Amino acid sequence: MDRIAGIINLDHEQDVLDELTYFRCSAAVPFAGRYRMIDFPISNMSNSRIGSIAVFARRKYRSLMDHLEQGKAWDLDRKQGGLFILPPDWNDPTDISKGDLQHFHNNIDFITRTLADYIVVSGTQNICNINFRDVLEEHKASGADVTVVYKNVEELHPEHKRAHKLTVDEHGRVTDIHHDQRSANVYMDMFILEKNYLYGMIEDCIAHGCSHLFLDGIKARLPHIHIHAYEYQGAHALINSVESYYRHSTSLLNGVNQEDLFKEEAPIFTKVKNEPPTKYSEGSKVANTLVANGCVIDGHVEDSILFRGVKVAKGAVIKNSIIMQRCEIDSNAVLENVILDKDCRISNSRTLVGVPEKPYVVAKRVSM
Amino acid sequence: MKKECVAMLLAGGQGTRLKSLTKQIAKPAVYFGGKYRIIDFPLSNCTNSGIDTVGVLTQYEPLILNNYIGIGSDWDLDRKYGGVSVLPPYVQSEEGGGWYTGTANAIYRNIKFLHQYDPEHVLVLSGDHIYKMDYSDMLDYHKASGADATISVIEVPWEEASRFGLMNTNDYGVITEFEEKPEFPKSNLASMGVYIFRWDVLKRYLIDDADNENSSNDFGKDIIPAMLGDHKKMMAYTFDGYWKDVGTVASLWEANMDLLEENPGLELNDHSWRIYSKNPNQPPQYISHEANVHNALINEGCRIHGDIGHSVIFDGVRVGEGSIIRDSVVMPEVKVGRNVTINRAIIAAGSVIEDGAVIGDPSPESDITLVADEDSVIAKSYLEQTIK
Repeated sequence: MDRIAGIINLDHEQDVLDELTYFRCSAAVPFAGRYRMIDFPISNMSNSRIGSIAVFARRKYRSLMDHLEQGKAWDLDRKQGGLFILPPDWNDPTDISKGDLQHFHNNIDFITRTLADYIVVSGTQNICNINFRDVLEEHKASGADVTVVYKNVEELHPEHKRAHKLTVDEHGRVTDIHHDQRSANVYMDMFILEKNYLYGMIEDCIAHGCSHLFLDGIKARLPHIHIHAYEYQGAHALINSVESYYRHSTSLLNGVNQEDLFKEEAPIFTKVKNEPPTKYSEGSKVANTLVANGCVIDGHVEDSILFRGVKVAKGAVIKNSIIMQRCEIDSNAVLENVILDKDCRISNSRTLVGVPEKPYVVAKRVSM
Repeated sequence: MKKECVAMLLAGGQGTRLKSLTKQIAKPAVYFGGKYRIIDFPLSNCTNSGIDTVGVLTQYEPLILNNYIGIGSDWDLDRKYGGVSVLPPYVQSEEGGGWYTGTANAIYRNIKFLHQYDPEHVLVLSGDHIYKMDYSDMLDYHKASGADATISVIEVPWEEASRFGLMNTNDYGVITEFEEKPEFPKSNLASMGVYIFRWDVLKRYLIDDADNENSSNDFGKDIIPAMLGDHKKMMAYTFDGYWKDVGTVASLWEANMDLLEENPGLELNDHSWRIYSKNPNQPPQYISHEANVHNALINEGCRIHGDIGHSVIFDGVRVGEGSIIRDSVVMPEVKVGRNVTINRAIIAAGSVIEDGAVIGDPSPESDITLVADEDSVIAKSYLEQTIK
């Protein structure tokens, strides 16, 4: 079997989720009741038998490191390979690299030492359940230098404006990479290539003063290299704004999306918290809601997502909201179209109301 | 390197009174409380009490138990020195071997395991009870009193006392007499099956007991009476928390129902004393539009479209539209179809309940219905009645 190593490159990911990224990078933003965004690419890699994964962290990575630990939750606490979290820490006086190439240059040992023949590079903003073995098969069959992953989205939303789009010919070859607002072929910020090819690309980019591996190493060379496009068919959510975060979170309440994303044969793993089952009181009323473990629900919750350990007191009403870990909602409080970050407390009879297009976001550890 | 106290957990019980729930698994591996197995309680108690060396004595149907315990990492018992060791019966080159003949024999046959740690004290536990207990407090009491053995006891209602092994004590908590299930109890202090022995003392008794051909090699029947007969100092340590023997279908059901009380005797949502368990890694539970859930414990991975009242639902359970579940325990990965009615029942892991089935009797005096595999008598009679 071919060996693949993974790189999760957070270098270009902006902290665009307002209050949710005040204290953490977007890869560490909680999602879907018990996960964080980075759980998806790591689980996808782990499920694709990728046993050696580097995370190129740049900013606000404290909660990311706390979450990933030694990679045990993804079965990545290994003697061979495993999980490497690589924050920016380099002191090479001869270093002339810029942008994310600093990461590739200063962590080149990860690439040269790995026994893998192929490398997958992925971001964390495209939530999906993908098998990279399938991508590799198609990559090898196409004979391409690089294979990039895209999704043909059914409906264009504002979050797709910022994404790169692909024009693909009938053989699956990429003929253009652009920002055409009408195109539905959304590049998913994932590509696979041979390790030696990546190594050459990094050297070449640095030698030419480039600062962006994808833009300068792949996109700019489109006329000269063979780029194949792999079309991903499953559940997909591009999250690069509060609005897209909120919409994609609540779309999980539709059973179809849930089953597409959380597959029995390819589970999404996350750090285990050892919470007990959730307790629903005699008077609780819950409808169309995703609920994680360790919650105690005495109130009324509808069309919402509750993360682990949330307490909803009697008489409280929560609608169309996302309530993160360990929040406490006191009696008779009313929340509608609200995102509460972790450890918030909403006291008696307070009312917070946002609108679906602009949910009311409350930063971590706020009491009101 | 020495360990002050090593725990020996007796996990070989067959648990025949749990009927088909233990047909293929040992009793300590039986499910409890929406996400746990019974053995999670003594193992978590050990970790929370700072006891990091635990021998688990297995015998009956060990496959699932061995696999479940693994290297103990779920209970933080994967240690460089100590940690958890699964100790099945084995054959020795000269003495021969065979099954453990009793609880005392199980420890006797693992004297070499205990020797490795040269402990001062040995904590003997059973894998049959649900409780949260700080064994380190009991160990402190045992050391302070200078006892040769300390037995943890709990007050039980006088009318039930004759079902238990009872300790008669003097005013100082010294055990003067032990009676196994007496007809006319003189005490209502029941043994919880939690013992701490000075290892040097216990070892002598285990060796003598092994030489005695008439012995049944049991702690309650042989070792404790022999020590009392020799006037060894034996103390009763009174525990006043929640403790429940879940040895029968009815008591297992009751203990699950106890968790649904407003202020349950056993609080699982307690960060100071977590009960650890193997995590099934499933997405959050989904409660649908048409669902109605009240007074319930529900675990991850469930998809609930029906009406759940006063019930405990384990991970990965599906409940279809129009189904009503009351006063029941539904174990992992059960698929309940549409318009099913379940009352006062325990549904074993992996069962599939077809549309329209009616299970159990709602009247409060009725027996608890157990639905397990098709070989189970109860399940069969129910299957004939209800599932086409």
